[in-house]
Amino acid sequence: MIPDPSPLAIIVFIIFVAITLALSFYFGAKAKSAAGYFAAGGQIHWFVNGVAFAGDYLSAASFLGICGMISLYGYDGFLYSIGFLAGWVVALFVIAEPLKRLGKYTFADALNSQFQSRGITFAAGTSALVVSVFYLIPQMVGAGALIVPLLGLAHWQGVVIVGTVVVLIVCTAGMVSTTYVQFIKGGLLVLFSGLLTVMILNRGLKVDDRPEAMEPQVVTTTPGGTKLINGLPHGKGQEEADLRPVGHLSKLPGGVKETGPLGPLQYLSTLQQSEVVLWTKKEAASQSGKIITYSPVKTSGQDVLLPGRKYDGLRDNNLWKKLDFVSLMLALFCGTASLPHVLIRYYTVKNQAAARLSTVVGIATIGAFYVLTLFMGLGAMTSGTIDLTDSNMAAPLLAKNFGDLLFAIISAIAFTTVLGTVSGLIVAASGAVVHDLIVGVLGIPLKDHHKVRVGKIAAAIVGIVAIGLGIWFKGFNAGFLVGWAFSVAASANLPALVMILFWKRTTKQGVTAAILVGMLSSLGWILVSAETFQNVYGYPAKQAETLAWVPFSQPGLVTIPLGFLMLVLVSLMTRRNPTPRSLTEG
Amino acid sequence: MAGFDHVAAEAEAADPATAARNARYGLILFTLYFAFYAVFVGLNAFAPDAMSVSFGGINLAVIYGMGLIIAALVLALIYCWLCHHRVVSNQTISGEAGR
Repeated sequence: MIPDPSPLAIIVFIIFVAITLALSFYFGAKAKSAAGYFAAGGQIHWFVNGVAFAGDYLSAASFLGICGMISLYGYDGFLYSIGFLAGWVVALFVIAEPLKRLGKYTFADALNSQFQSRGITFAAGTSALVVSVFYLIPQMVGAGALIVPLLGLAHWQGVVIVGTVVVLIVCTAGMVSTTYVQFIKGGLLVLFSGLLTVMILNRGLKVDDRPEAMEPQVVTTTPGGTKLINGLPHGKGQEEADLRPVGHLSKLPGGVKETGPLGPLQYLSTLQQSEVVLWTKKEAASQSGKIITYSPVKTSGQDVLLPGRKYDGLRDNNLWKKLDFVSLMLALFCGTASLPHVLIRYYTVKNQAAARLSTVVGIATIGAFYVLTLFMGLGAMTSGTIDLTDSNMAAPLLAKNFGDLLFAIISAIAFTTVLGTVSGLIVAASGAVVHDLIVGVLGIPLKDHHKVRVGKIAAAIVGIVAIGLGIWFKGFNAGFLVGWAFSVAASANLPALVMILFWKRTTKQGVTAAILVGMLSSLGWILVSAETFQNVYGYPAKQAETLAWVPFSQPGLVTIPLGFLMLVLVSLMTRRNPTPRSLTEG
Repeated sequence: MAGFDHVAAEAEAADPATAARNARYGLILFTLYFAFYAVFVGLNAFAPDAMSVSFGGINLAVIYGMGLIIAALVLALIYCWLCHHRVVSNQTISGEAGR
């Protein structure tokens, strides 16, 4: 769709970004030491840190990706919400406190506290870097998607703007400013999502029975590269056409046309008895070019609120597809507690109790938000605001439906949230480069202020790489991309973290092997999976399935146990000291 | 609520007995939640029809999903409440600390 930027949106947006930058500079001026830069000096209050968890975690993937996926597929998008939240249980109950006890800056510190092994430092540092970069891709993609309707710029320009602003933030500030900025944005995001949900419920559900609402839409790309929409040139002028925003109800229970305000449970039960129009996408190639047809399909509300519209394998008896789903849900469950930018937030508070309390605040804030995603996604599904070419825009476009001001505020919050998540990730990545790889592995001694300077250079490089990848992966659903990051994180980091905390016979070789094998196997699995063949290498779906080397696309189900197995085997083989101490005993 | 008392929270820092006790509570609660989650994933994958059973007009898929989100918060609060008290005597739990 061709965007329609409004001056109000642009002004509100610029004010938000300006405030974010000002905050960063203000707090940045205060942080001079390495501990201040990388871990905020361990002095952040648990409540602030807890909401900042939400700010970090509720990234582009949650707000843009999940709402978008729910708006297109219904319940299946909500499965991501459930998995993303469930992961916090692992973080709180298993990882948070021992990790806080053991480490100082990065999670490699914690793994290494009893071994002092260069191998572990190398493996953990590399995996932190790889996972951070993987997690950065969807953030960049989401930020680009936001910029398009907001400022009327191209996707790549959006990605470059985000990248530049973030590198500026990180280079001037570090963990203190990142934390406070995340605190404010995490709070605002949940607040305004709540407001949006109230407005959705207050409007209720409405039938759109205009005949044109059911007309298919055709995008033709001619061999010369010209884009035709329904046979007319793509544009907004006369004799031109643009894709219509879609998504509506074709029938409400009892034959009414409009329900009026509904309570949250009433909203869900009414939708369950309604008939919703969802859209399918078919691609075909012919001599006149590439043709994409979007067709409306009347679907029962009952069907929309059940799993299996996106994961179609859940409904037929395809075992591999079922395992693919189980694998994804396992990776989401195990991934949260293995994400470097989540783990470093445990070093910004004073002690274990504060780590615990801030996780509880985080779970409350994040859980509240994920409940809202279902309403926002379904609201977008039924409000005629879906852009068929980019599912990431469902939530902001829904807000636009309620007025430009709300759209501007929500887009600005979403955008600054992306900024914050990206800065957190870049701090985590640069921390891994400086502490783990340069000082720990290469053994180059750096003075405190040099560490910060090298960290900033590393941050700038990671930022540039992320910009490039963000442009490359345009059009992917951000939630889906984050699923990959979770798989890699869980496979590489979780076995090492858990075993070092709970298995006395763990050796340094075991930890190193588990991280490297988990990381490489999950990366490799993703690279040769059917989904990658189709979406990244550009093969048609059928051909991608035959080309794929692995039977299902999500690696977690195989690579997470593989990491554990590797650790146990190597540890047993390299066992020397018969009575090493367990870290849970302090 | 009591679990959010900051002063008391600081008192327990770096006490090995308390840490071991907290780890044990954590594992128990984790196992509970994991079972709840595993059943959810299993039902979705292998018995999706069960998810369409409606209670009061809302199907089990939505209720179970929301239930998982709420359960995470409830268990987190229980954990905080359990961990709030410092272990009074190291001796009483020294057996478990050596687990």
